[in-house]
Amino acid sequence: MTRGPTWFNITSLVLGFSFLYLPIVLLVIYSFNASRLVTVWGGFSTKWYASLLQNEQLLDAAWVTIRVAFTSATIATVLGTLAALVLVRSGRFIGRSLFSGMIFAPLVMPEVILGLSLLLLFVAMDQARGFWTVMLAHTTFAMCYVAVVVQSRLVGFDKSMEEAAEDLGCPPVKTFFLITLPIIFPGVIAGWMLAFTLSLDDLVIASFTTGPGATTLPMKIYSQVRLGVTPEINAVCTILVAVVTVGVIAASLVTKRQQAQRERDERAAFGADLA
Amino acid sequence: MTDEIAAPAKRTFGGKLLIAVPYLWLLIFFLAPFLIVFKISLSQVAIAIPPYIPTFDLAEGWQAFTDNLAELSLENYLWLTEDALYWKSYVSSVIIAGISTMLTLLIGYPIAYGMARSPRAWRPTLLMLVILPFWTSFLIRVYAWIGILKNEGLLNQFLLMLGLIDEPLVILNTNIAVYIGIVYSYLPFLVLPLYASLERLDGSLLEAAEDLGSPPWKAFWQITVPLSLPGVIAGCFLVFIPAVGEFVIPDLLGGSDTLMIGKTLWVEFFNNRDWPVSSAVAVILILILVIPIVLFQNQQQKMSEADG
Repeated sequence: MTRGPTWFNITSLVLGFSFLYLPIVLLVIYSFNASRLVTVWGGFSTKWYASLLQNEQLLDAAWVTIRVAFTSATIATVLGTLAALVLVRSGRFIGRSLFSGMIFAPLVMPEVILGLSLLLLFVAMDQARGFWTVMLAHTTFAMCYVAVVVQSRLVGFDKSMEEAAEDLGCPPVKTFFLITLPIIFPGVIAGWMLAFTLSLDDLVIASFTTGPGATTLPMKIYSQVRLGVTPEINAVCTILVAVVTVGVIAASLVTKRQQAQRERDERAAFGADLA
Repeated sequence: MTDEIAAPAKRTFGGKLLIAVPYLWLLIFFLAPFLIVFKISLSQVAIAIPPYIPTFDLAEGWQAFTDNLAELSLENYLWLTEDALYWKSYVSSVIIAGISTMLTLLIGYPIAYGMARSPRAWRPTLLMLVILPFWTSFLIRVYAWIGILKNEGLLNQFLLMLGLIDEPLVILNTNIAVYIGIVYSYLPFLVLPLYASLERLDGSLLEAAEDLGSPPWKAFWQITVPLSLPGVIAGCFLVFIPAVGEFVIPDLLGGSDTLMIGKTLWVEFFNNRDWPVSSAVAVILILILVIPIVLFQNQQQKMSEADG
């Protein structure tokens, strides 16, 4: 559709985006509120951020969360990329529909079910719960998101370069690292970031699968939120929102630049061929 | 996408390994847990660690295994039908998720439509703006609404200031707050697939309709709506299915009379520590969701084949 926007279109966009962003903007503004009463403005202050630095429990939880997110996102990216390759490239094999079912189902499966079922698995395996169980649980549901993101990248992919490499006798593993991976790399990075933020964000699955000594930040935030809205929680949330926003925008700029660079390189290479 | 199908006989060892690694991982960490949930839903609650019997210990031999098997019963499922709390939770979850999905569609359609009609240069930015909230914490976005919807919250302060209301509206801890929370949290899930199908829509069809004298609203109903239907369906499934089992939103925004099955399961598990009954609740929830999930997957398959 290429016809210009009408006033109706512009109004619905403005209202829609205000709805999406206003709550977060208000939360950020009120994290700088000097008043203890969260909904009454008492002047600008950064004291809640300073008090966060004193809160050891919160800092511990943040550190656990970052470690879980980093490890699980990394493993999930490897597994998810493999799964995407299987979905797109492996053709038919026995149990293919079960495989694609297991990739897509966790995307919509309610978190309470994923959490409960993984917990019962860890109990049945007699596994002590803590950092590792949360990490494994996050890896499992995040890999499905990675698989979907990488898959969409693989589908719109020019296979002729891979085929050329293989015709010239390049072994499949080398072809993967030299040709396939660089081309799907933006998808892989996006997958890793998605896995990282999903893990950073997860309350339900972590609550089920965690054990003593592995309280994550969302669990900490949740238990405080139940007691009411506080300026400290606003400040934690603001920091999280800022980190994620900067990360996402930076990543999208980097991948955009990389893509432009690669396209230039490709054109240059083809140009050199023709000359 | 599946045009070039490699003959299985030609598959190398590396190719087999490629399939085996993610496959095994999902079998162990996704499928096996469901079988365990199913098994425990047939067990009985016990004061022990873990809090259910029988526990299967393969070391005890075949005889013990079959004895344990005989102890399994449908008691927990009978219990679910006897206590009205459970079936009321299921029904009310489906209703709340259904209403929220409709509301999300009503709000999301004009946004996706506006994005698809916007100048080409704006589109990547608009797309980014829809995706960005999806990256920010779900918990934080739900939490942000508490401060807005409270009795002395920002919305009430604003409306009182304008003189539109005389006393604060009670929104927090009602089902209305749950609808707002679900619509807000899941809006990007609906807008993205809808935008994808609206953007692909061939503008010349609308021009042809206009040339033939069709008024814009009629062209919209007869061309735009039917052609965007795949996006509408995909988006609605992406909202409805997870919303049925939602826990955080009804727990933080809903009231004590907001019944949703995700919350019921959580309470059963963490407060009552009844693992067998919570497993039975989960099994029934999976059964309820199986039909929409399968429909959703078939539709995704069709869409990706149409793309390829």
